[in-house]
Amino acid sequence: MSLALKALKKSPWVFHVNTGACNNCDIEVLDVLTPRFDVERFGIVLVGSIRHADVLLISGPVTRNVLPRLKRLYEQAPKPIKVIVIGACGCRCGIFRDGYNIIGPADKFIPVDAYVPGCPPKPETIIAGVVKVLSTL
Amino acid sequence: MNAANLLFNYLVFPGFLFTAVVGLLATWVDRKVTARVHWRVGPPWYQPFADTAKLLGKEVVIPAEARKTGFLLMPVVGLAAATLASTILWMVNLYPRTSFIGDSIVVLYIMTIPAVSMIIGASASGNPLGIVGAAREMKLLFAYELPLVLAMLTTVYKAGSFSFDKILGYQDAHGIMLGSVSGVIAFIVSIFCAQAKCTMLPFDIPEAETELAGGSHIEYSGAPLAVVRLNMAIMFFVVPVFIITMFWGGVSFAGWRILTTILKYVAIVVIMVLIKNTNPRVRIDQAVRFFWGPMLVLSVVALILAVLGY
Repeated sequence: MSLALKALKKSPWVFHVNTGACNNCDIEVLDVLTPRFDVERFGIVLVGSIRHADVLLISGPVTRNVLPRLKRLYEQAPKPIKVIVIGACGCRCGIFRDGYNIIGPADKFIPVDAYVPGCPPKPETIIAGVVKVLSTL
Repeated sequence: MNAANLLFNYLVFPGFLFTAVVGLLATWVDRKVTARVHWRVGPPWYQPFADTAKLLGKEVVIPAEARKTGFLLMPVVGLAAATLASTILWMVNLYPRTSFIGDSIVVLYIMTIPAVSMIIGASASGNPLGIVGAAREMKLLFAYELPLVLAMLTTVYKAGSFSFDKILGYQDAHGIMLGSVSGVIAFIVSIFCAQAKCTMLPFDIPEAETELAGGSHIEYSGAPLAVVRLNMAIMFFVVPVFIITMFWGGVSFAGWRILTTILKYVAIVVIMVLIKNTNPRVRIDQAVRFFWGPMLVLSVVALILAVLGY
């Protein structure tokens, strides 16, 4: 295993994008950073710019308006980038599947590395998903 | 002193390698103390090194709108300047014979170059948020330089010289600057200026993760981002050492003084981190008013007290 890859496993920086979720998953993402779970122990931090990110965290189904932006975000990210979708809506559109503005889950448009189901997923589940993605590296 | 010796001093000790390692460890102290204040556990000690190694291995994206040369060159210029400031500071502390006339002015000027290079780099990135960050960084630079220079003049007036060896010699003979009223006031002013120089809360206005999404270094990725972060880590090391040299008797590796050196440095870092964790971010106009109002008055008062002999 190369040094860069080893270091990547020790400090995955996460950029979080909401592609049309109901905000519930976003609150759970913030829970992961609170004192009870504290993922900064493993070097995971939320960053403000996609240029700094190693993991693209997507919550919610993809709406028609957000699709070009999502594709652009993926293209703007410095590779290697891992993509995780969280929540039932992110995986299979959930209760929004018949919505007039919904055009499908994120994996129809960009490659996805991991799915974290749940409505919303518990913080433990999100951490388990991140661990699984990192173990595939 | 020959060229090879100078090169060793600049690149290994007390220059680049030493400064980078200690600076990265200092950013770990920052993150760990922050985490403890939040009642969290915090990252392990090797976290800043892992971050740097990871960033060096990532892809470098250059935005289509960016001016390539300025965008990629400026972090390196800032890093070189920060390293030079650290080298001069440590050399005059460890070997007082290397001090020259007016070296405190030289160090003060070199310490502004990382901020200037960030301004140019962010302006070259072509990102509107980056340009807003650059504009704020420029205003902040104008705001904190004046009280910092006046606080430094307090020390210079007492020691009667601009060179570091005279300042350190005065502190050896007459006790540290912090022992006098004017010294304490000037020290408080320079701690706040250091806070702004390291762009830490409440003065992290140019970066402002939550509103500018990284601000002045929003477009940097991969190796340039690693250099930018290293730059900030080195500044986080150089600025407290500068304050220790001016007000607190300097740093030394001789015998037991190595312990007091580390204690002095960690004390200033923890003070800065606690200020960071107990204050919200201020607006840029509030920051300028703060530095040109209360801080300027305080530093002038310190200077007058020093002239009167307190």
